[in-house]
Amino acid sequence: MSILVIAEHNNEVLGAATLTTVAAAAQIGGDIHLLVAGSNAGAVAEAAAGVAGVSKVLHADHEELAHPTAESVSAIVLANADGYTHILAPATTFGKNFTPRIGAKLDVQPISDIISVEAADTFKRPIYAGNAIATVKSNDAVKVITVRATGFDAVAATGGSAEVTTIDAAAHISANAKFASQELTVSERPELTAASIIVSGGRGMGSGENFHMIEEIADKLGAAVGASRAAVDAGFVPNDYQVGQTGKIVAPELYIAVGISGAIQHLAGMKDSKVIVAINKDEEAPIFQVADYGLVADLFKVLPELKDAL
Amino acid sequence: MKILVTVKRVVDYNVKVRVKDDQSGVETANVKMSMNPFCEIAVEEAVRLKEKGVATEIVVASIGPAQAQETLRTALALGADRAVLVKTDDEVQPLAVSKLLKEVVAKESPELVIMGKQSIDGDNNQSGQMLAALLDWPQGTFASEVNVADGKVAVTREIDGGLETVDLTLPAVVTTDLRLNEPRFASLPNIMKAKRKPLEEMTPADLGVDIAPRTETLKVEPPAQREAGIKVESVEELVEKLKNEAKVIS
Ligand SMILES: Cc1cc2nc3c(=O)[nH]c(=O)nc-3n(C[C@H](O)[C@H](O)[C@H](O)COP(=O)(O)OP(=O)(O)OC[C@H]3O[C@@H](n4cnc5c(N)ncnc54)[C@H](O)[C@@H]3O)c2cc1C
Ligand SMILES: Nc1ncnc2c1ncn2[C@@H]1O[C@H](COP(=O)(O)O)[C@@H](O)[C@H]1O
Repeated sequence: MSILVIAEHNNEVLGAATLTTVAAAAQIGGDIHLLVAGSNAGAVAEAAAGVAGVSKVLHADHEELAHPTAESVSAIVLANADGYTHILAPATTFGKNFTPRIGAKLDVQPISDIISVEAADTFKRPIYAGNAIATVKSNDAVKVITVRATGFDAVAATGGSAEVTTIDAAAHISANAKFASQELTVSERPELTAASIIVSGGRGMGSGENFHMIEEIADKLGAAVGASRAAVDAGFVPNDYQVGQTGKIVAPELYIAVGISGAIQHLAGMKDSKVIVAINKDEEAPIFQVADYGLVADLFKVLPELKDAL
Repeated sequence: MKILVTVKRVVDYNVKVRVKDDQSGVETANVKMSMNPFCEIAVEEAVRLKEKGVATEIVVASIGPAQAQETLRTALALGADRAVLVKTDDEVQPLAVSKLLKEVVAKESPELVIMGKQSIDGDNNQSGQMLAALLDWPQGTFASEVNVADGKVAVTREIDGGLETVDLTLPAVVTTDLRLNEPRFASLPNIMKAKRKPLEEMTPADLGVDIAPRTETLKVEPPAQREAGIKVESVEELVEKLKNEAKVIS
């Protein structure tokens, strides 16, 4: 078996999701190659070559790949797909954007969001917002897969010594889809999907202003800040804070949900956290059904107390 | 400009689904079905583009059993002009969905296709990207803003780090995210009017598409259940438990 993993990175460092995707590849077994498509991403290609278990790195470099479009990335992958039995990418907004295009072009039904490898052609994945886990077997010649990070333990970022091969990018840059601009959320705090503690706020926070109470606690704990859809829709915090079925999937050591009711769509994104704390003034709130420690209280009273107690 | 919108009939998002005892799937008999929420957002966006004078006609398409007619009627009541049902009782996976939609696009020649980013039943998040690839069209997925002008569409996308805007040359495929708009409700007069709007039916065979599934579902199980824990009485007790019992903070 021969597996191609598409690396996620920011042209400077390899993203954490790449290491969990390689972990899934290692469970499938066989030769693992990493494809790095970027702009001036030599340092990333070198880092990729050091990832444990990787035997070859394919490096495509082009200025238009500074913000790679799905059109260009999928074209580069397809031009190099010969001979691979599996093509894997992280189940992030990056991976989900281009992976299905590869499936369509190869006439393959992709498998999204796998959380376990049962065999080289059989995988588990959540459906219905995680309310059911399906075991699916692919009968296609090539398996095209996205890997959910919370299902796998990252491989070591070092220890490997793969060769780096340069591949062509210029021929595959899309003329019909162009990156125009981006507005990234700037934060000193850890990234949601990488944090070991997350403090999330919901509609109960009442306003964006009040999220400062969450942030102060997060900063004391070295935690990331998350939110429910309702808090994002209300404009309290940016979209990339959303945890849930259609937002980010997280599984930290500690997840503190404040003023969040616990709708299934929210639980879908956090119920695999090791320890869950819920703070809600409604003792009937469904979030308490998954919480290890529940505190029925007014958040405006207890958040300042919590800040002082930490 | 003509817009094609796709709508899928799914188990309503408020239903707590149950896995069948024989592990063959989830219980869908006697369960409330609705339009996939992301497709509602897609319909709304198309209707707004028509209200702004950007779109001239909205065709709405669904693939599924006869009951998907209801979903199409809902879309017609919300403002779509015509409906197409590709009727089948078989399982249709995203690869087959995109092949069928490619044929619908060939018949209808829309300049823009608006789809949901994800079906809330299968949680695949694939069909839009796959249709775009089969058509060799550009795509703007997870859209939170769509601006059509001069043969192009600028799509602002919700990505893991924040927002990104891409410029696409039409024709293109757009898939919707939650913040794109807030869908309206259909008014009673519009529901009545929708009953008289044209709804064309065809089959996968009519479109010459093989929809045989490529992946087999071997079993469907409930997820590991989480037990509710304890209630603490105070912040002090909470912090003590987190430090000494759960040992997740120091
Ligand atoms: C297609 C679709 C996708 C979705 N995807 C997601 C997703 O990815 N993530 C997500 O989170 N949601 C998602 N949702 C939305 C989800 O269904 C819920 O609407 C949402 O999670 C509710 O957010 P909330 O808990 O903050 O708000 P609410 O349900 O309104 O709950 C607010 C809570 O705050 C409590 N509260 C209020 N004031 C106080 C106070 N002073 N002190 C203490 N507690 C207080 C209340 O008791 C209540 O329990 C999705 C929905 C759909 C239809
Ligand atoms: N059977 C179907 N009929 C109509 N549209 C569909 C169907 N399946 C998927 N789609 C569209 O594709 C989007 C993404 O679906 P999926 O790839 O299944 O997550 C949905 O939101 C719909 O707009």
